[in-house]
Amino acid sequence: MTWTLVFVLAAGGYAFKLVGYLGLGQRPMPATVERCLALIPAALISALVVKDTFSTGQMLVVDARVAGVAAAVVAVSRRAPFAMVIVLAAAVTAAVRAVSGG
Amino acid sequence: MAVASVVLGAAVGVLAISFGVGAVAAGASVGQACAMSLLVFTGASQLSAVSVIGAGGSPASALAGSLLLAARNGAYSLTMARRLPGRLGMRLMAAQLTIDESTAMSVAQDSPDAQRAAFWITGGSIYFFWNLGTLIGAVLGSAVDPITFGLDAAFPAAFVAMVWPLLAERRGRVAAALGAAICLALVPFTPIGVPILCASLAILVGVPAPAAPAAPAAPAGPVGPVEP
Repeated sequence: MTWTLVFVLAAGGYAFKLVGYLGLGQRPMPATVERCLALIPAALISALVVKDTFSTGQMLVVDARVAGVAAAVVAVSRRAPFAMVIVLAAAVTAAVRAVSGG
Repeated sequence: MAVASVVLGAAVGVLAISFGVGAVAAGASVGQACAMSLLVFTGASQLSAVSVIGAGGSPASALAGSLLLAARNGAYSLTMARRLPGRLGMRLMAAQLTIDESTAMSVAQDSPDAQRAAFWITGGSIYFFWNLGTLIGAVLGSAVDPITFGLDAAFPAAFVAMVWPLLAERRGRVAAALGAAICLALVPFTPIGVPILCASLAILVGVPAPAAPAAPAAPAGPVGPVEP
């Protein structure tokens, strides 16, 4: 982690947040572009889910995290509160790790 | 509404603690973790950056993925700017608080006054708890072994909770499935962080126009067999 990354991300992130307040971007975008942009979170966040569940560096691995994230999926599908989802996933992962020794 | 906003803030605090722990585990100092939450203040982007850096990815790929995720706040600012007239100073402050939760709570209100109040209370509450949680997590992360406590599962669990509502629509499901498939397929063959960027190609499932209401079947997407 570098300070440069922190500051560039801060500046870039704030620039996006400013767009509307500075009266920019009022012209509607083409509908196709808008539909595609709206899908960025779904595409990227699901990629982050599988990356953080099934990979270590450049290796695909199956370890205790899979159990924790599976528990998170069940909890989310049953509308558990956000905090509980995270605590449950960590607890299940830690428990599986402790039992399996890895 | 105020109570809901504070409860939401407290829930976000738990995510912030795992962000703080994860940031320190990824090599950030306590100061860097806290600066990120104070200055960047948009959860998914911060988690994404830490996730990529922690795995050993380059700052450039971490930054690119994070900024793609931060772009949606631009859409929120278009929505909120109309509802939050005021002096420049207030607008500059409102911009920093313009995130998923503050926008969602605001647009859910009926009157303009309630919309403004919901935005400021939710944004302020989340800003407070996000930064408090980050500090606690970063200090904690310096003291505990995240692996022992399963905290490496906290990020993907948070991402599951974030992506879930986006799967309600068919396009969201297809984009999510395709994004995940692209990422998994590329992990062994590309530098760390690049699979996340390439996953953004999945947004192209948004290109075909939605089916007209009269049409009996949705048009076939370009993505083949990945639909869940």
